[in-house]
Amino acid sequence: MGTAIAFYFISACILGFAVMVISTKDTVHSVLFLVLDFLFVAALYVLLGAQFLAAIQILVYAGGIVVLYLFVVMLVNLKRPPEAHSDPHRKTKLGFGLAAAVLAELALLAFRSSDMPVRPIVEAAAVPVTGNTEVVGWMLYTSYLIPFEIASMLLLVAMIGAIVLAKREL
Amino acid sequence: MITPTHYMLLSAALFIIGVIGVMVRRNIIIIFMSIELILNAVNINLVAYSAQLQNAVGQVFAIFVIAVAAAEAAVGLGIILAFYRNKETINIDEMNLMRW
Repeated sequence: MGTAIAFYFISACILGFAVMVISTKDTVHSVLFLVLDFLFVAALYVLLGAQFLAAIQILVYAGGIVVLYLFVVMLVNLKRPPEAHSDPHRKTKLGFGLAAAVLAELALLAFRSSDMPVRPIVEAAAVPVTGNTEVVGWMLYTSYLIPFEIASMLLLVAMIGAIVLAKREL
Repeated sequence: MITPTHYMLLSAALFIIGVIGVMVRRNIIIIFMSIELILNAVNINLVAYSAQLQNAVGQVFAIFVIAVAAAEAAVGLGIILAFYRNKETINIDEMNLMRW
């Protein structure tokens, strides 16, 4: 019962703040709502027993990425609001309609799949389970070592690319 | 009782909010934030099924998604800065240098 209340409260906050992110006029407010949204997603991860991922979510998203966004919002000093100039060919209503259609389809799929039995997968290699962080770290450094290294290469390339792109003259 | 269906519906709703943000807004910074919302929706699904199946693989892939999101944000914001320096705008309706 308590879990259900927590789930509904957290999901209402996540969806509400997400709507605020895409609907506020001021970009800085939008970034701040994004922080709140990420914090509630982290709370949802705690509810699901993924404490390590919740910490990563707060550190990387709410700490790192959002600061990057704030920097850019501050650097891009807008003299006129970006929504002022509008393309006459833009079809906003069609966008809403298509999004509603996709949402209906996803909800239908979710309800269809709900009566299928979900079997827990038995781990092939017995992992010594002592905590969420240890399990995730164990998998990251054994079965998923190569993807992990590729991810680190990706981050290096992205860092170099961001520095090169943001330089004043190439 | 909270079933994976609840998490799927939450994830789908968050995903659609992100898609609406990408399609409707013209401020490219808000479009990038909508992409972050979409990636978060994917992560919620991964973690919900990781908890349901008692298997941490979903959480490992959620970590990879977060790494890719960080890379995407860094490069994308670099592109926004470079574009703003050249064209003095962040309105995507004016970003049509490479169209046709």
